[in-house]
Amino acid sequence: MVSIDQYLVLSAILFSIGTFGVLTRKNAIVIFMCIELMLNSVNLSFIALSNHLGNMDGQVFVLFIMTVAAAEAAVGMALIIAFYRNRDSIAVDDFNLLKW
Amino acid sequence: MEQIYFFIIAIVAVVSAVLVVSCKSPINNAVALMMTFVCLANFYVMLHAPFMAAVQIMVYAGAILMLIVFVIMLLNLNTVLIQKTSHSVVGAITLAGLVFFQLYYMLGHSSTTSIKGDISNELVMEVGHTQLLAKSLFVEFLLPFEIASILLLVAVIGAVVLSKRNAAAQE
Repeated sequence: MVSIDQYLVLSAILFSIGTFGVLTRKNAIVIFMCIELMLNSVNLSFIALSNHLGNMDGQVFVLFIMTVAAAEAAVGMALIIAFYRNRDSIAVDDFNLLKW
Repeated sequence: MEQIYFFIIAIVAVVSAVLVVSCKSPINNAVALMMTFVCLANFYVMLHAPFMAAVQIMVYAGAILMLIVFVIMLLNLNTVLIQKTSHSVVGAITLAGLVFFQLYYMLGHSSTTSIKGDISNELVMEVGHTQLLAKSLFVEFLLPFEIASILLLVAVIGAVVLSKRNAAAQE
């Protein structure tokens, strides 16, 4: 029997890897993928706790997170394409229009 | 037995997550990300949530990742050199380590206890996970469900508007 703590530790490891990726990579699409990784690690801890507590609410929340992630993917990819059309690049260093 | 299976899948998940962060070509990152999604679907099955595993495969590995791969191919990027400065890596490692130890510390100093609900693994096996989830989603969470549909509509319209070529700017 796998205990709840193991799932939560795995979720923490995946979340930290995602954080590291968001902070170090320059490619906007890769940063987006790292954010998806972080969202997924949260989903894992939601489902593990939902199973542990015998409650369905956590899994309903995961469904909503997936909805938001799908909407985010659609809008985010549209933004990246629009940015690439203007600047011929998707490196985050070029995202400097609002820079002071 | 379940423990060994858990560790094998956990190692695969962590290694593919590291590959998501470290691979140079975006398409390799996308494939590694799909591997992570499939591993997580495995965990959902182990946690008696088969419907969530199916949704994970269909929505994440199917829809979202396909969108990402299409955009990568559409933009036709060359493998950009990653110019990492050492202090950014050190800072990122510090912050990621801090996040991990914060979560780990929380786990080590408290046990996850709460009022136990009435959804047991035996009930999920008997009634079916989809039915239990649907009862919860369409009775307790009906209003958030409707709001989610509006959110998706707004996202679709927003994506079309954002990616449309600006006719006035081209003239």
